[in-house]
Amino acid sequence: METTTAEFEPKIIAFLCNWCTYAGADLAGTSRLKYPANIRAIRLTCTGRIEPMFLLKAFQEGADAVLVSGCHPGDCHYTSGNYHARRRWTVFRKLLEFSGIDPRRVLFSWVSAAEGRKWSELVAEITAQVRALGPFTSFERIVKA
Amino acid sequence: MARIGVFICWCGENIGRTVDCPKVAAEAGGFPGVVHAVDYKYMCSDPGQGMIKDAIKEKKLTGVVVAACSPRMHEPTFRRACAEAGLNPFLCEMANIREHCSWVHEEKGDATAKAVQLVRVMVEKVKRNEALFPIKVPVTKRALVIGGGIAGIQAALDIANGGQKVVLVEKEPSIGGHMAQLSETFPTLDCSQCILTPRMVEVAAHPNITLHTYAEVESVSGFIGNFDVKIRLKARSVDIKKCTGCGLCAQKCPQKKIPSEFDEGLGMRTAIYTPFAQAVPNKPVIDRAHCTKFLTGKCGVCQKVCPVGAVDYAQEDTFVEEKIGAIVVATGYRLYDFRNGEKDYGIEGYGEYGYGQYKDVIDGLQFERLASASGPTGGAILRPSDGKAPETVVFIKCVGSRDCAKGLSYCSKICCMYIAKHAMLYKHKVHHGTAYVFYMDIRAGGKNYDEFVRRAIEEDGAVYIRGRVSRIYTRGDKLIVAGADTLLGGAAGGRVEIEADMVVLATAMRPQYGIEALAQKLSIGYDEYGFLTEAHPKLRPVETNTAGIFLAGACQGVKDIPEAVGQASGAAAKVLGLFSSDQLEREPIVARVNQSQCVGCFYCEQVCPYHAIEREEKRDKAGNLIARVAKVNAGLCQGCGACVATCRSNSIDLDGFSEEQVFSEIGGLR
Repeated sequence: METTTAEFEPKIIAFLCNWCTYAGADLAGTSRLKYPANIRAIRLTCTGRIEPMFLLKAFQEGADAVLVSGCHPGDCHYTSGNYHARRRWTVFRKLLEFSGIDPRRVLFSWVSAAEGRKWSELVAEITAQVRALGPFTSFERIVKA
Repeated sequence: MARIGVFICWCGENIGRTVDCPKVAAEAGGFPGVVHAVDYKYMCSDPGQGMIKDAIKEKKLTGVVVAACSPRMHEPTFRRACAEAGLNPFLCEMANIREHCSWVHEEKGDATAKAVQLVRVMVEKVKRNEALFPIKVPVTKRALVIGGGIAGIQAALDIANGGQKVVLVEKEPSIGGHMAQLSETFPTLDCSQCILTPRMVEVAAHPNITLHTYAEVESVSGFIGNFDVKIRLKARSVDIKKCTGCGLCAQKCPQKKIPSEFDEGLGMRTAIYTPFAQAVPNKPVIDRAHCTKFLTGKCGVCQKVCPVGAVDYAQEDTFVEEKIGAIVVATGYRLYDFRNGEKDYGIEGYGEYGYGQYKDVIDGLQFERLASASGPTGGAILRPSDGKAPETVVFIKCVGSRDCAKGLSYCSKICCMYIAKHAMLYKHKVHHGTAYVFYMDIRAGGKNYDEFVRRAIEEDGAVYIRGRVSRIYTRGDKLIVAGADTLLGGAAGGRVEIEADMVVLATAMRPQYGIEALAQKLSIGYDEYGFLTEAHPKLRPVETNTAGIFLAGACQGVKDIPEAVGQASGAAAKVLGLFSSDQLEREPIVARVNQSQCVGCFYCEQVCPYHAIEREEKRDKAGNLIARVAKVNAGLCQGCGACVATCRSNSIDLDGFSEEQVFSEIGGLR
């Protein structure tokens, strides 16, 4: 099934920590900042809670990209969870790359509870990026094979 | 079988304008497990909550999803409503279709489709929710106050007067801290000891306060309401129970040439000593590093002269263990060591001010001792080098502070005020003398503070020069202070040179030595300068990120006396609030270990910021060790879930955000 990139609407699954990025996305809402509707957020306690398996599951369920976003370094509600997350992704991205998954589909950012605008801009930016990358089909091929 | 109720809120027009709520309800009604799906104008209103409560009872719901605003907004509201209808509150979840959907998307079709998905995610989650119950933790109603300066004293007295027990630990032989060293205090010029010593006596006499001086906190374990604290009582070499404080030992001690810490090296003390006359407790200690008996084995005069036989050379450090419910840290400050520099912190000494080689270049606390009636000169301002009254004194502000290049970037805050006070005290005592003050800015924000500085300038005639001093050197018995007056222009470029008899440096305020080690014992944070970190810089300034540990005074940041006292009373109020009930209730979002699966790698222990992972030994019936496995202390766990993601055998899960729940949520986005 071929879709041209012009009409392709990507699905992006975001894993957000409750204290910073989820709250930042709330702020974007209260500030009525508009962004594309391609993103679906899943709220977790901390980015340190996020397991690599969550991302694989998201790809398996048809995500074209995943985003992990939490508190800025030094601002973690639980002191150090975001550092654990950062180290985990540094390694995990390499593994994804090795497995043939384009690392541009695994996105990481820091958005604080005060950065509603940053959140809306981030979503707009990554939606455009992923739209340009086109649909993520290699996982479907693996699942079917 | 799950029986889920879904409630879609219009939030008036806020959601209803961009999301087709009846359509979302209709779609949700078709999700597996959903037995009831409705939409309503205002779900959070009384009738809206009533709809949820009625449905729980009539449809026998096992779970509720409210699709409305952010859970950060109304989750407590809807969970309370569920609880009132007899459903465990943790079986209620919210789908955020306002902040994350209707307010940020414009196209109604897209927004509605997204809202349907968000609802499906939460339906999938709530089907896996389990009833959770608030964790109850007993509270030991005894507080530990670390540090016996004015902040510690105030916190201890406030807690004790509130009817609760306090253990006060002070590392020096007496309580009182730096405030006991001060001569007079700004902006009222009341005598520091006159206002402080009655409080010191009150601490010692208070039936609710146990005072340990010459003692340090050895170790801390446990958690809010339930700390186990081990305190080291350093060997005083004096039996404090027998000693009457007569002072004969110190009078007869032959070793009389030890620089007194209390007098900042300007006076001398003996080897067996009380730091100052009004010390509490007024019982001496032997400074073993300088005592002839300990150094050579000969002497023993103090033991011979003691009428009650209190001197005990064989005494060793002892330990007491206390059960503690809350901790107040009040370890205070010290002054930046301008003589030696602090290379460990990347701060050089002040070479241009002579690295402390000039006897008549002193710091602020030394000036306090000179000006104090109980000081080495009896309150006369005399040069340390030759004991003459200085005709000209130069005060230099911001030595080490506000110096990004070679000092500390922060403002030490109290110096502007105490230097004005010093200039004033000097002029009151040496009437014909001249006081020069080199300053960068005058920061006198505080009640009656600016008026005070103005008095020093206008009434007492202190000469304020805006600029820095580049160098101090000697000419004869004079100190030549070379600097710039940036308000003077002209050919000289504002250069000034003052022939001074004494120079006082307002050195930077620093946290106490060893603060990092103490912070690590307590599992609390500290900043790049070693100041302890509050839980929130504005809204939680006396709490730390470790529940049950509070901050008071200059250990948290530079402060003057009124601020330190205010924060101490704030910390005491927090402690009394904590002690107002016998049990604490906590949200049950905590990690749980499946011990039959745990392989005992303890990676979880390494990532846990709260030391909530404990090691438990599993034994068979014969008592043989089978395995060491992890266990979560629910009192300490804050529910971040770092351990869950780290566990390589999948043996830890987080209540409320379990593996099954999260995977189901992702599945809901198919």
